[in-house]
Amino acid sequence: MAILIDSDTKVICQGFTGAQATYHMERAIAYGTKVVGGVVPGKGGRGHLGLPVFDTVAEARAATGATASAVFVPPRNAAAAIIESIDAGIELLVCVTERIPVLDMVRVKRRLEGSGTRLIGPNSQGILIPGRCKIGVMPAHLERPGKVGIASRSASLTSEVIEQISGQRLGQSTSIGIGGDPVHGMGFVDCLKLFFEDPNTECVVLLGEIGGSDEEEAAAYLSANPAPKPVVAYVAGLHAPTERRMGHAGTVNVFGQGDAAAKIAALSAAGVTIAPSPAEIGLTVRQTVRAA
Amino acid sequence: MNLHEYQAKELLRRHGVKSPAGQLARSAEEAADAARQIGGDRWAVKAQIHAGLRQGAGGVKFCDTPESVAEAAATLLGHRLVTPQTGAKGKLVRSVYVEQAVAHEREIYLAALVDRSAGRVALIAAREGGNDIEARLAAAPDQMLSLVIDPETGVSEAEARDLAGKLGLSGGIADQAVALMQAVDKAFTECDASLIEINPLVVTSEGDLLALDVKMVLDDNAQFRHSDLADLRDEEEVDPAELEAKLYNLNYVRLDGNIGVMVNGAGLALATVDLLKEQGGDPADFMDVRPEATRAQVTYGFKLLLRNPAINAILVNIYGGGILRCDTVAEGIATACKEEGLRVPLIVRAAGTNGELARKILMSQGIPVTFAQTLAQAAAKVVEAAGRKAA
Repeated sequence: MAILIDSDTKVICQGFTGAQATYHMERAIAYGTKVVGGVVPGKGGRGHLGLPVFDTVAEARAATGATASAVFVPPRNAAAAIIESIDAGIELLVCVTERIPVLDMVRVKRRLEGSGTRLIGPNSQGILIPGRCKIGVMPAHLERPGKVGIASRSASLTSEVIEQISGQRLGQSTSIGIGGDPVHGMGFVDCLKLFFEDPNTECVVLLGEIGGSDEEEAAAYLSANPAPKPVVAYVAGLHAPTERRMGHAGTVNVFGQGDAAAKIAALSAAGVTIAPSPAEIGLTVRQTVRAA
Repeated sequence: MNLHEYQAKELLRRHGVKSPAGQLARSAEEAADAARQIGGDRWAVKAQIHAGLRQGAGGVKFCDTPESVAEAAATLLGHRLVTPQTGAKGKLVRSVYVEQAVAHEREIYLAALVDRSAGRVALIAAREGGNDIEARLAAAPDQMLSLVIDPETGVSEAEARDLAGKLGLSGGIADQAVALMQAVDKAFTECDASLIEINPLVVTSEGDLLALDVKMVLDDNAQFRHSDLADLRDEEEVDPAELEAKLYNLNYVRLDGNIGVMVNGAGLALATVDLLKEQGGDPADFMDVRPEATRAQVTYGFKLLLRNPAINAILVNIYGGGILRCDTVAEGIATACKEEGLRVPLIVRAAGTNGELARKILMSQGIPVTFAQTLAQAAAKVVEAAGRKAA
């Protein structure tokens, strides 16, 4: 079992006929994802990859019963595409689009409030349930079915960590890329809650990086709600250059947040096991799972 | 995209945010003329560079005559200014902003930024502005006032008035503050800004609220809908190599070390730099190859490393996946090595999609590469190679 999606989740793709969408959706279908169609305004009625194309999400949903959508729409129209899906009642959105204007995401985030939609991303590598299904651009490579849940802000680091965890003869329940953008949908706290409720996840790995506040929020949440399962974290950027910035509030958002050392200290104080090096994340997970 | 102070003030002025009368000058003569034209009896001559903390570094000079304005401009123009935000090399001053110096009674801090945890724009304010604001608020976070803005309504009059009250403003000054906060919010949205920082915002002896210094950053991702603001980009402020790299789908930041680093993905690149540092190595750059990079773009990026004389060894750490395949990277590297020559040890770790093919390509092209299986092995090998070459 997994969180958020499984092999019977019906998935559509917005921006279906684009080159990237075509490449990745073909692979998702081959992997076992139940893709039921796509949405491209103005191309309704056509077919693509042997599946129907619709003009609108509402039409696609009515015709196929889809509850999830992969958003591959270019930056300037991506926010509108996400909002269209929120309005159409899609339950899970995975947005891989990079470089969406941040104020567009502020508007999207506002529309998500009170809706029944969960958004993964934007700028997300997607979600992967080893051996069952995937939505997004994640490579299928060395993943193994298992009981480690991963929530990550970085795509390539996730691949690295999946390899390390599989190398320890452990597998993954679900791997989620929450995306690298400043304003995004689901955060670490949302992922932690789902993994804690999931009977098939025994350990959660958070892969963070400098900037933003997802790590601090996870630490605050875990301080108030002690984790029922072991949580391991790695935060990249301890040695990133810091002198290049402008103004006082430029990179260090709302003062004091955002640097790797502070994130690590906060997570550690909340009971999270910190991987000492990016090369030892898999090993740390194995030791933590054994000790639990 | 960073703006100069004078550009930011001009943009804000269009939205109704007042600042002292000022004019840009590119020579000492222009500076003196500017002082005469804007009038008054005391002026500030301010170096226009993309970095803060200029005043403590001598980048802001106060003068009482147009002649001394010219002298001040002459000492700044054409010289490099080093502030805590410029790095050791400093930044070349190519223009100065000449502004009426304003007698003021209070300095306030006000900024608009994207509050990432709220997912909204927020106004951040403090009763006392100044250069040490960040340290002061870190030490006493309760002094930081914050107003998180609902994107569907903007800053309401009541919210702005409440914040003005908390800043200790009343009467006509409070009225001006309310209008200013709403104007800053509007400017932020209309320009697709990611930061507007007014520090200090001053209450003048005449009872005016003026933005004395402004930093403004625009969201590069939104530039497609702001052709009107494109002219504000000052490319001479950016390291030319970094600027060019951007055109090639590379995120490239030069560092001071001797190990060239090429990685795909920002998170993996940060982790690789961390690992090198932990193992005693010293990266010469942070280079993140974007997923959509082509072979030619990788070639270009790798040439940047090959041409950097500070580099003693190179590490390529590629986790193929998504759209970027290891063979694309390998072909790009092979071309760069052939065209530019490889004079330092090259360690390659190619994992994920087509990793094996990448190894074959590099070997068949006769590029002398040391391959590593894991991230840990790759880091150890390159640190050792760089150390050997340096010794």
